[in-house]
Amino acid sequence: MTLYEHIREGFHKNIRQYTMVMALVLIWVALTLFTDGVFLSPRNISNLFLQTVTVGIVACGMTLIIVTGNIDLSVGAVAGFAGAVAAVLQVNYGWGTVPSVLAALAAGLLIGAWHGFWVAYRKVPAFIVTLASMLAFRGAILGVTGGATISPLRDSFKAIGTNYVSPFFSGLIAALCVLGFVAVQLRMRKRRMAYGFPVLPLSAETLKLSVQAVVLAAAFSIMIFNQGIPYAVLLLLALALAFGFMAQRTVFGRRLYAIGGNAEAAKLSGINIDRTLMKMFMLSGVITAVAGTVMTARLNAATTSAGVNMELDAIAACVIGGTSLMGGEGTIVGALIGALIMSSLDNGMSLMNLDITYQYVVKGLILLIAVWVDISTRRK
Amino acid sequence: MRERMNRYILEMQNIVKEFPGVRALDGVTFSAAAGEVHALVGENGAGKSTLMKVLSGVYAHGSYKGEIKINGEERRFSSVRDSERAGVVIIYQELALVRQLSVCENIMLGDEIHKNGVIDWPAAAEKAAAALKLVGLDINPDTKVSSLGVGQQQLVEIAKALSKDAKILVLDEPTAALSEGEAEKLLSLIKELRGRGVTCVYISHRLKEIFRIADRITVLRDGKTAGTFGKDDLNEAGLIAKMVGREVKDIFPSRRHEFGPAVLDVKNWSASDAAYGMKLKNINFSVRKGEIAGLAGLVGAGRTELAMSLFGVWGRKESGELVVDGKQVPRFTPKALIKAGVALASEDRKRWGLVLIHDVKSNITLSSLDALASFGVVNENAEVSAAEKYVREMAIKTPGLEQKAGNLSGGNQQKIVLSKCLMILPKVLILDEPTRGIDVGAKVEIYGIINRLAEKGVAVLLISSELPEVLGMCDRVFVMRAGRISGEVSGAAASQENIMRYATA
Repeated sequence: MTLYEHIREGFHKNIRQYTMVMALVLIWVALTLFTDGVFLSPRNISNLFLQTVTVGIVACGMTLIIVTGNIDLSVGAVAGFAGAVAAVLQVNYGWGTVPSVLAALAAGLLIGAWHGFWVAYRKVPAFIVTLASMLAFRGAILGVTGGATISPLRDSFKAIGTNYVSPFFSGLIAALCVLGFVAVQLRMRKRRMAYGFPVLPLSAETLKLSVQAVVLAAAFSIMIFNQGIPYAVLLLLALALAFGFMAQRTVFGRRLYAIGGNAEAAKLSGINIDRTLMKMFMLSGVITAVAGTVMTARLNAATTSAGVNMELDAIAACVIGGTSLMGGEGTIVGALIGALIMSSLDNGMSLMNLDITYQYVVKGLILLIAVWVDISTRRK
Repeated sequence: MRERMNRYILEMQNIVKEFPGVRALDGVTFSAAAGEVHALVGENGAGKSTLMKVLSGVYAHGSYKGEIKINGEERRFSSVRDSERAGVVIIYQELALVRQLSVCENIMLGDEIHKNGVIDWPAAAEKAAAALKLVGLDINPDTKVSSLGVGQQQLVEIAKALSKDAKILVLDEPTAALSEGEAEKLLSLIKELRGRGVTCVYISHRLKEIFRIADRITVLRDGKTAGTFGKDDLNEAGLIAKMVGREVKDIFPSRRHEFGPAVLDVKNWSASDAAYGMKLKNINFSVRKGEIAGLAGLVGAGRTELAMSLFGVWGRKESGELVVDGKQVPRFTPKALIKAGVALASEDRKRWGLVLIHDVKSNITLSSLDALASFGVVNENAEVSAAEKYVREMAIKTPGLEQKAGNLSGGNQQKIVLSKCLMILPKVLILDEPTRGIDVGAKVEIYGIINRLAEKGVAVLLISSELPEVLGMCDRVFVMRAGRISGEVSGAAASQENIMRYATA
């Protein structure tokens, strides 16, 4: 087969991933045109990455939840609540940054455990449990903040959301990441060949890796050019790597996918579904609290409307990224691309000064089309 | 000449149907005469379902090559509706009824009698009653389908087909989920339908039934027609040979019979499930090392429920103990039983045994992830080796380890489930209907696997409704009736009659 034919075949096999990336590229091209190039400026792209962080972090946890066939409608409220807890402790009670953040994470953990208890052990559908939480914690935010905006935070807290790694170290990290990525891909290919699994011929693989490496390097470069890699983006990358690894390579992750793929078969195969789901909800709670902390740090305040509608963005990100709402399928990388698509739309349409009405309409339509494309390519 | 042309109500000529990478039908020719019962047999993957989907319009004209003629006239079906209008109705193995609706509503589904969009209920009720009468089902048409037994549901489907004025009725594995009595009723109904001039295409793996009911038999093998025979032209062995393409000497391979002490000991087991109103009462039995014990009984006797109850996924346990290899099992959850060395390959493999959207490798290793992992991380090398080992040893036919389990044939899917069970290195293996819906060739392979296991010292409990299978494979047979063990037969006393006597007494 010629290189061209390999590309075509690879395209057909991974049509979902390529569709996602193509959609992202198309959207970026469109937005660049509509904003006379402002969208693609290094400053804006760097900001865009920063803006993707909160939804990206939540999407990591949300992917796992949807993979098990559940859903979490409360992430926005819980993130807002966690951020509010941290802010109130620091601003009103003078706590240091580390204790405040730890308290926020603890709150997330407990809330996650609460969800896990009702869903796993009392068999109440996750939709209802988390819907109830969404309402309750919207109220709890008002309670904890007294209805006011809690601010200002100390510099050490703000740093989480607004500081950058120095350009030198950013360059180091970037180089490590890009080289690491290429090395891992090559090692995976070698391993697959040893097992006799199908792989792309070296020419196609080289092409694919080159393109991916260039894109990665470009993304890092833009950030380095601007001010360096934001702490928040680094945090997102680390979490995404950790969650991705956990999902694909650990026993815990495999069990999540099995539960979502066929809960009855998973059960009879010896998986303790209740305990696994409980752990998952608790993990998700913590990660939501992390997102809430970052959100609060970036705003330098905890507001009463923090995180409103964030769950919808997170769910949309996961679904656009190829996570099936039926469970059993989905990747963290896909969710991140989905999150990037959603935040690109937000960012670009704001640059265009588009009326907020149209912004919502456009996002809704894109979500619909993305999922439709996903479902129809699944049939093949 | 004209006489001969009209004799065939259905002619399918040189049908070719391709999917990416595989030719499911490679020039198949199939004809059925008016008013005959024509059996269509073949291994799984031979092309029977595909052929029927071409006939019924599921694969519309244009997606296949070849001709379909009904009553000598070429027809091009672009949908199921088209084929139904031509009198072709298929009844699938997985029934297509809406369980929450009534019998009457189901019968008229898709074919409602209405005036200006408003349903004419009296007319519908009349039509339903007439259809039910045709199949001899004496129930109120307003009964909800979900409250009917599988056998009755199937009759409702046939009633529905007849009310659509079916001239060619295709039945796909109709007796697979029926009890003996219900299957008898169905076979007589088919004979009656034949008398009324309805042509029946009967797809089944149950060769004995086919010889009882078919006028002619067509064998498909690897997407080609291997021959059409009158029912007196060959016997069962000959038919199997045609299906498999080789002689299959002994369906039930021989093995050494050496028994050790009891490895599985079920003591005073009682459990019940309020929802289904079934109770297991005081069950006592044991299976020895190296023994294959059968658990026979009618559908509804409680055999599957017993197995699932031991694993903690059916009903609530009221009393009882389980001793495996001398050790009491402390808890009744799948995890605990697997740890104790008991593996269960359950009845409905698609529901309880496999994650269809995941690949062969993940399915085989699903119960053994901890064994393959260190510090919670799965060792991929170990996983692949393990999966490959079982694919090799069980002769699982798959293009690769990364093939989705849902794409494999029934026989291979069952082998995946067995691999998963064997990977935990069980002391006891409980098999519930392991060869249901599986072709002869794969059945023989599975019997061989079971025998080899027993020879290695595994205690096997074989739950099966196929008495020849139970008698051919087992050293002893426990019979269940109404939630209890009603008897045990072995040796000379092991006969179908004795088993049936305990099962029904």
